[in-house]
Amino acid sequence: MSDATIWAIILILGMGTFLIRFSFLGTVGRGSLPPWALRLLRFTPVAVFPALIAPATVWPEAAGGGVDPLRLSAAALALVVGRWLRNTMAAMGAGLGALALLLWLGG
Amino acid sequence: MAALFPSGPPLGDDAGSGAGRGVRRAFRQGLLASLPLAPVFLPFGLIFGVVSIQAGFDLAQVWGFSVLVLAGASQITAVQLIAEGAPAWLVLVSALAVNLRMAMYSASLVPWLGAAPLGARAGVAYALVDTTYALAVVHYEAEPGMMMAERLAFFAGLAVTLALPWPLVCGLGAALGQALPGGLGLDYAVPITFIAMTAPMLRSRAQIAAAVVAFGLALVLAGLPSGVGLLPAAILGMAVGAAIEARDERRRFGR
Repeated sequence: MSDATIWAIILILGMGTFLIRFSFLGTVGRGSLPPWALRLLRFTPVAVFPALIAPATVWPEAAGGGVDPLRLSAAALALVVGRWLRNTMAAMGAGLGALALLLWLGG
Repeated sequence: MAALFPSGPPLGDDAGSGAGRGVRRAFRQGLLASLPLAPVFLPFGLIFGVVSIQAGFDLAQVWGFSVLVLAGASQITAVQLIAEGAPAWLVLVSALAVNLRMAMYSASLVPWLGAAPLGARAGVAYALVDTTYALAVVHYEAEPGMMMAERLAFFAGLAVTLALPWPLVCGLGAALGQALPGGLGLDYAVPITFIAMTAPMLRSRAQIAAAVVAFGLALVLAGLPSGVGLLPAAILGMAVGAAIEARDERRRFGR
């Protein structure tokens, strides 16, 4: 992708994100979202995040398109720690720390 | 940031202490309330910087993202998809979808800030991230007697800690990305980060179902051109989650 395209993406993404944030504040809430739309919006992160990373989680590029047991174990650890402790920072620390350690031991 | 401090004649105040003092106090309260959350956004900026540099972006682009977009998850989403070679339209749609939840934040602040001057509302919108939103709404509800200038000053106090340093943090991550050796598994930082963000949200049956369906369908569709499977997978996950939640609520509260 060319530099110009990347900058265009940055600009449009910046404007679009601002418009999303300004939407209701900017128009002083004329009309609100229907309840079903609010419900769907609440599910965006919990659906978009897993869908985004699914292929790279199971078939990471570093493993040349195959499954990498070390990386998959680190991902599973992050999931378990995050769900158990309800803490994103702890989950990131556990997952990234475990992977660095496993790679160091294995390499 | 100046837009968050509307000037003008002092408004009436309770104990005759002067509106200026109330505004300064609100600003300090915002600053104090934001400090415990400062370490929470730090890793996301660092990860964004590291991932961008390792994906071949330059420092100007890292700063472009962090100043203009100011939203960690969508910045990482965009960089990841660009690095995978996804088409530009898909990068935009996906990264904006990650930010759609902010429309909810915008709507829920209207009762508190809807009467503020347009410039101030634009300033708030620019700095409206998960943490500033959550802290502001909790404080406004706890102290409904605040004046508008105080509400804006409180938000400005939050933004000074939680939004203003963002480009700096992303830049630090970029420097780190250039300095760190290989072999640390940083190529896998994006999956770990997004799993770590999602896992604490998996509370109800509906949320778990949304995540599992989205993850599963994205795997099934992984053979499609880079990233294209993301949209149908995410939309189906959202729909399944919302449907299950609606059904569970009807059961719990009777029809």
